[in-house]
Amino acid sequence: MTTVEAAPYTVEEVCERFDPVMGLEVHVELNTATKMFCGCRNEFGAEPNTNICPVCLGLPGALPRVNARAVESAVTIGLALNCSVRERSGFARKNYFYPDMPKNFQISQYEDPIVFDGYLDVPLDDGSTWRVEIERAHMEEDTGKSLHMGGATGRIHGADYSLLDYNRAGVPLIEIVTRPIVGAGTRAPEVARAYVSALRDVVKGLGVSDVRMDQGSMRCDANVSLMPKGSSTFGTRTETKNVNSLRSVERAVRYEMGRQAGVLLSGGTVRQETRHFDEQSGTTSPGRAKETLADYRYFPEPDLVPIEPSAEWVEGLRKELPERPWERRARIQSDWGLSDEELRDLVNADALDLVAATVDAGASSESARSWWVSYLAQQANTQGVALTELAITPEQVARVIALVSEGTLTNKLARQVVDGVLAGEGSPDDVVAGRGLAVVSDDSALTAAVDEALAAQPAVAEKIRAGKTKAAGAIVGAVMKATRGQADAARVNELVLERVGASS
Amino acid sequence: MSSADNGPGAEDLTRLDAAELARRVQAREVSSVEVTRAHLERIEAVERTGLNAFLHVAADAALAAAAAVDDEIAAGTVRGPLAGVPVAIKDNMITRDMPTTCASRILDGWRPPYDATVVRRLREAGLVPLGKTNLDEFAMGGSNENSAYGAVRNPWDPARVPGGSSGGSAAATAVGETPLALGSDTGGSIRQPGAFTGTVGVKPTYGTVSRYGLVAFSSSLDQIGPFGRTVLDAAMLHEVVGGHDPCDQTSIDAPLPPVVEAALAGARGDLAGVRVGVVNELSGEGFQTGVLSAFTDAVRVLTELGAEVVEVSCPSFTLGLPAYYLIAPSEASSNLARFDAMRYGLRVGDDGSRSTDEVMSATREAGFGAEVKRRIMIGTHALSAGSYDALYGKAQKVRTLVVRDFSAAFERCDVLVSPTVPTTAFPIGDRVDDPVSMYLADLCTIPANLAGIAGLSVPCGLAAEDGMPVGLQVMTPALADDRAYRVGAAYELARDTASGVPFASTVPDPAALQGAS
Ligand SMILES: [Zn+2]
Repeated sequence: MTTVEAAPYTVEEVCERFDPVMGLEVHVELNTATKMFCGCRNEFGAEPNTNICPVCLGLPGALPRVNARAVESAVTIGLALNCSVRERSGFARKNYFYPDMPKNFQISQYEDPIVFDGYLDVPLDDGSTWRVEIERAHMEEDTGKSLHMGGATGRIHGADYSLLDYNRAGVPLIEIVTRPIVGAGTRAPEVARAYVSALRDVVKGLGVSDVRMDQGSMRCDANVSLMPKGSSTFGTRTETKNVNSLRSVERAVRYEMGRQAGVLLSGGTVRQETRHFDEQSGTTSPGRAKETLADYRYFPEPDLVPIEPSAEWVEGLRKELPERPWERRARIQSDWGLSDEELRDLVNADALDLVAATVDAGASSESARSWWVSYLAQQANTQGVALTELAITPEQVARVIALVSEGTLTNKLARQVVDGVLAGEGSPDDVVAGRGLAVVSDDSALTAAVDEALAAQPAVAEKIRAGKTKAAGAIVGAVMKATRGQADAARVNELVLERVGASS
Repeated sequence: MSSADNGPGAEDLTRLDAAELARRVQAREVSSVEVTRAHLERIEAVERTGLNAFLHVAADAALAAAAAVDDEIAAGTVRGPLAGVPVAIKDNMITRDMPTTCASRILDGWRPPYDATVVRRLREAGLVPLGKTNLDEFAMGGSNENSAYGAVRNPWDPARVPGGSSGGSAAATAVGETPLALGSDTGGSIRQPGAFTGTVGVKPTYGTVSRYGLVAFSSSLDQIGPFGRTVLDAAMLHEVVGGHDPCDQTSIDAPLPPVVEAALAGARGDLAGVRVGVVNELSGEGFQTGVLSAFTDAVRVLTELGAEVVEVSCPSFTLGLPAYYLIAPSEASSNLARFDAMRYGLRVGDDGSRSTDEVMSATREAGFGAEVKRRIMIGTHALSAGSYDALYGKAQKVRTLVVRDFSAAFERCDVLVSPTVPTTAFPIGDRVDDPVSMYLADLCTIPANLAGIAGLSVPCGLAAEDGMPVGLQVMTPALADDRAYRVGAAYELARDTASGVPFASTVPDPAALQGAS
C-alpha cells in the first residue's frame, strides 16, 4: 500500500490517442432547518446521536414525511441550472446493506427526478465558457457516519470497532448529475474543476446549502472514461469517490486519464469500478469490487406519495432566483471599476461577498476592498481562520471606515479599533470609547504639545523658522509620540508651522 | 377459575359487548377497574388452556389506566364513547410501555421508545390496553403458525388454527379475553381470522387509519382495523383509531366515513334499495360446501332485508393472488432489511471474530422464521434487475386491473359480497408444508387490499360438515366503509333474530371445557 503509483501519461499524451469522457455527480447537502423526512435539526458538528428520532433512525413502524423546504430548494437549484421541473415526481427506495444506513435502504428518486434536462454555462480560466449539460437533479437522504476505530486505514476492514453517528442520517441531499462531458480534450480536468466551482457558486448564491467541500456539504464523484480518438463509443468508466476539494476534482480526473491510458496502451482493459481518491498522493485506488456489482433493486417508495409542484409555485420560485454569481461579478467589476486581476484577487481571497456587504453598509468600494484584502486578511492569516470566520461583520468594518472618513480615527487608530472588535471588545464605537482612541482634535491641547516639542528641540525650531519646513517632521513625530498617536498628523504639521511663524 | 365465579349472581363482564361495557362504566354502574380485572382474570384462565393469544399481558398498567379513567369519570369527564373499555393490540403495533416483538426472535429485547398513532389514540380515548396479541411473524401468514412464540389455537376447536396473521387478536376477542382488539390486514389478516373465529373484523379503506407505528410488512397494502364481537363494537373502535394523521403521508386527509352511525342505521334492519353484488369469481369450485351454503343463506337474508342482489364478474380477481404474492414480499424484503443487529433487537455471532456482514447474516439467519425468509427471498428476486419487469412490474399492472374491475362493479352495486375465506379453519399443521394451499386462504380478501378499498367480515353461521364458523365479506368502494357497517349490522341482527341467540354467545369456552375434562 505504500507504493505511490504515478499516472504514466500526461494529459497531453493521453489526448494524442484518446478522447476523455466525464460524468460528474455532485451531492449537495441542503441547509434546511430540519431533515428530509423528519423534524430533527439539520446541523453540522452536533454531539453524536443527538439529532435523531424514530424516523431518521429507521425504527420499526416509523414513517417518513417530506420536508417541503427541501423540495423548494431542489426545485430552486433545478431552475438555476435551467432544468425542467417534473409535474409528478416520486420517491424510490435504493436497497443495500450498510451499517450507517438505518433502514438499509435509502429514500431517493429513480425514474422521475424532480428536475431534469438543464445546463450550466461554466466560465473557464481563459474567460471562455463551457456548457455542461445537466441530466437530472434528484432528492435523497444522507446516510449516517461511520468512524472506524483502530486499524491502519480508517476503513472498515482492519478496524477494531466502529462508531456510528446518525446525526447526518436523513439530512436532505440533492444529487446533480451531468450528461457525459465530451470533447474537452486536454482541458477535461479544468472543465471538471470549473464546473464544480461554478455549481458551488450558483448553489451558494441561492442560499440553500453551505456547499463546504471540506465539511462534506458538497461532495463530488467523478466518472472518467477514454475512447480512442475519432471513436464515438464510450470506453469503460471508473467512478472516483472522495474528491473533497476543487483542486482534487482536477487532479483526480487528470490522474484517471493518465492511469487509464496506461492500462489501455499496455494492452489491458479498464475495469468498471469505484475508486477512491487519495489527497496525499493525488492518486486513485480501487474500492471493494463488491461495490460495482450492486443491484439496488429500486422500486417506488410506498410510504410517500408523489410530489406535484404547481406551475404557479414553480414560476414564483423562478422569479425569485438571484443573479448568477458570474453575472453579479461582472456587474460589480464595472460598478467598482476593477481590473480582471483585482476582481480575481477578491474572489480568490473569498472576500467578494464581504466587500460587497461592506459597500452595502455605506463604505466606498475602495476602502472596503483595502480593509478586507490587506489588514483583515493578515489578521485572518495570523489567527489561522477563513476571512469569513473573522469576528467582525461587514457592517462593523463599514463603521470603522466611516469613523476614519469623518476624522474621528486615523488609519492607525482604526486598526486598533479593528483589533478591539476582533478581540471581542464590542462594536467599533464601544472600542473607541473603551480604549479612549479618538483623535485628539482639541487645538489648545495640541498647541501645548507642539510648543513643548519646539522648546525641547530649539535647533530644529530654528531650521523650520529658516524655511526648512521639512524639518517639521521631527516635531510632528515628537507630538504624535506624546499623544500616543491619537493626533491628526496633518493638523499637527499645520500647528508646528503656525507656531514657529513659518507658515506662508 | 374464570370471572364467572366472581360471586353468586355476579354477571360475567367478559360476555358483554364493548358498547354495553362502555355504557355501564360511564354510567358508573361498574368501574373500569372491575371490567379490566374481569378480563385479566379471563385471560389468565383461558391462556392456561393453551390458547396462546397473548404475547404480553400488561396487568398493572391496565389496572392503572382503568383507575385513571374511573377517576376522570367520577370527576365528570368522559374521554370518548369507549372510555374505560379494555382493548388488545396486535404485537406489530409499537407501544412505548410494552415490548413489541412482531412474534419474531429478531426483535428480542427491544423496547420501543414511542407509541404508534393508533395506540396513542386508544390511550387518548380512554381505552385500556390489556396487552399484545400473537400473530404470524411480521404478519406473514394466514394461520398464526408462523409465530416464533407458538401457534394460537382456535377457540371453536383447539386443534384448528384461528387464522392469521391477526390470529391472537381474533381468538382473544372471540373467547372474551377482550371485547375489542386491533389487527392489521395486508391480504386478509383481519377478515380471515375474523371468519375463522366467528368475530367481526374490518379492513378499512387504505389510508384512513394511520400506519405510523405499525411495523411494516407491505406498506402499500397494510391497514390497521378493528375486531369486535358485534358490528357496532367494531365500528366504535374504528372511529377511535381512524382519521387523518400527518405522520403518515399515505393517510387520506378526509373525514372518516360515519361508521358508527351506519352500524346503528343497519341495526334498524332495513336494506331497501341497497344494491349488493355477488362476485362470481369468489365462490364456486374449490370452496368448501358448508362455506358456500352458509354464504348462500346469508345472501338470501340480505334479499329478505330488502337488498337488490345481482351477480357481477371481476375476471382480474383470479390474478390477484399471484400478484399479491409478488408485491407484498417485494415490499417486505425492503421493509425488513433494517433488522440487521446493528441498532436494536437480536445480535448473533458478535464475538469479535466476525465482520459486520457476517454478524448481520448470522442474526438474520437465527432471527427470522422460515416463512419470513421465504418472502424476503421471493421479494428480493422479484425486485432484481433481471426480473423486475416480469415480476414486480407485471404484478403492479394486475393491481391496476383489479382496481378497474372494482370500479366497474361499483357502478352497478353499492357493496360486493363473497365468502371471506373459501374454507373454514383448518387443522393446525395441515398446510405448513404447502405454502401455496396456505396462500389460497387469502383468495377472497386480497382484491380489497390490492385496490385499497374497505372490507368487513361478519360471521354467517357454521359450516354443517365441521361446525366451524363461516364469514360473510362485504366490500365497499374507498371511503365508503360505512356501507359495509350498515349491511353487516342489518345482517347480524337478522341472523341473531332468526337463531334466537346472539352468535357471539355460542363460542365454546376453552376454560370451562378444560375445567370439565
Ligand atoms: Zn429524525
